[in-house]
Amino acid sequence: MSNLAVLPIVIPLIASVISAFIPKKLGLSRVIAKLFALIFLVYAGYLAWVVFTDGIIVMQSSGWAAPFGISIVADYLSVTLVLITSIVTTAAVFYAPSSLSKLQESYYFYTFMFLMISGVVGAFLTGDLFNLFVFFEVLLMASYGLIVLGGGKVQLRESLKYVLFNVFSSMLFVTTIGFIYASVGTVNMAHLAERIQEAEQAGILTGLAVLLFFVFAIKAAIFPLYYWLPNSYIVPNPVVSALFGALLTKVGIYSILRMYTLVFNHDVGITHEIFIWLAMFTMLFGVIGALSTQNVKLIVTYNIIPAIGFILMGIGLYSTSGIEGSVYYLIHDMVIKAALFFLVGALVVAAGTDDLRKMGGLITRYPVLGWLFFVGSLVLAGVPPFSGFIGKLLLLRGSLEQEEILLTIAALITSLLILYSMVRIFVRGFWGDTVEELPEGQNKKVRNLTIPAALLLAISIFLGIGAEFIYPHVETIANMLLDRTEYINAVLRE
Amino acid sequence: MEILMAILASILFATAIYNLLQKQFLRIIIGTVLLSHAAHLFLLTMGKLKRGNPPVLVEGVTNYTDPLPQALILTSIVISFGVTSFLLVLAYRTFTLNKSDNMDELRGSSDE
Repeated sequence: MSNLAVLPIVIPLIASVISAFIPKKLGLSRVIAKLFALIFLVYAGYLAWVVFTDGIIVMQSSGWAAPFGISIVADYLSVTLVLITSIVTTAAVFYAPSSLSKLQESYYFYTFMFLMISGVVGAFLTGDLFNLFVFFEVLLMASYGLIVLGGGKVQLRESLKYVLFNVFSSMLFVTTIGFIYASVGTVNMAHLAERIQEAEQAGILTGLAVLLFFVFAIKAAIFPLYYWLPNSYIVPNPVVSALFGALLTKVGIYSILRMYTLVFNHDVGITHEIFIWLAMFTMLFGVIGALSTQNVKLIVTYNIIPAIGFILMGIGLYSTSGIEGSVYYLIHDMVIKAALFFLVGALVVAAGTDDLRKMGGLITRYPVLGWLFFVGSLVLAGVPPFSGFIGKLLLLRGSLEQEEILLTIAALITSLLILYSMVRIFVRGFWGDTVEELPEGQNKKVRNLTIPAALLLAISIFLGIGAEFIYPHVETIANMLLDRTEYINAVLRE
Repeated sequence: MEILMAILASILFATAIYNLLQKQFLRIIIGTVLLSHAAHLFLLTMGKLKRGNPPVLVEGVTNYTDPLPQALILTSIVISFGVTSFLLVLAYRTFTLNKSDNMDELRGSSDE
């Protein structure tokens, strides 16, 4: 029974190993990738259903009881994120053949992709801080492989910076784990949560909490540590950008959500107050970045940053509506970011350029793509009744409850500017004068690129319109995060 | 002993950060290597340095060496070894394509 929890890590790993043996047989590896993505999707759905009906599933690896062994914990938050990851993976597998060149695809794209998914899912499911570091490394190693795929001049240059930043933050992570182990004597998250409540030197622990926050802040691209993100996310192929934008930064913010609700909540006055300020700056600076550029890929990439700000805002508020809003926004953002990156990939193919000044009038030839993009912009900005709205509503309610007026204003301005930055692409790119030299013969390719994006967008719209179905689950997740006894009991006392 | 190790680790950290802030690829990579050494040394120190104690092999031992930091370091060494070799190859490819190993010349401009 408990082995159910580890299978989401194993399924992509198997897919990765199999496709490593057949890189040159493209037809076969595509079929295998699609097959495994669908198995993964179905299994993740099944696991989510089991966990939401029967409660948290814990696997103690090799039968070593926690806190001595490594625990894999499938709780409500993890399984939900695993399910969303599987949806994004499935869409990416169907998008990849049209987006990548044959050469890129045959240079182990599927191997790296599934390895990265395995790492992402592992990071969501693990209940052990050091194991979290290991899964971070798994997903980062795979992401290094993906980001250099194709190996152009600019791409290698930006990849090098990306790798260096991540190496630095990983080493900081190991050092922080060393500190935590020395002061508390455990690395199991549930055990940490118990020990920290009993610990006497709260000052040291607050210091460690802030240090650990910096590690995750580099990964999640929080102000002032986001400057590595924009350039390194636009250089790879759109499908890789979509996976990065939808999953990698979200792993960082998930770790913050997990660690600062479960473990480090002994001094909310210091740590969570910092979060609120940083969330505010993250939102504002991210969206200003999105307004500052004419490159369509860069506009969407910059929009990752305010989303992280919104999620961090809810964690900082640390109230029921705040955490509910964060969880809702996290789920929403993973789906819509992938959809928007896919659409922008299609847009760049259709227009033959990523410079907004050279685009125009695409709506006559690609009406479906244009309107999908428009709906996607509305979903991202949080126009009712779409999913961004519900997350933001909960967050704003939470921040008004605690009378964080400045934060509320910043969040509202950011939402407005996000809408402006996205609609600008629609108005300038799809409307306006038709540019003469549109590349010919791309209709079929654009159509193939639009279909997976449309499916993701449909799921995203369902997350908003079907809020009555989604919200009770989000409520369960938030209750579990705020009242930690269920998680701790599941890991330590079974 | 722990204090000496902590000072050594801090010297390594300082040297690593100095090297990371240089402009040449190779110096930066040496910086990351030193950084990982510092972190590993630090992890070892955090498990308390004791000499002559046995590992936990039989039940009921009271005085033993903590195996966890060693397991952590072993994992971490393997990872940083892999990352360093990847970094060297990546830096070499970047150098051959961009014809420069100076970070100042690799800033990039907005109109590419």
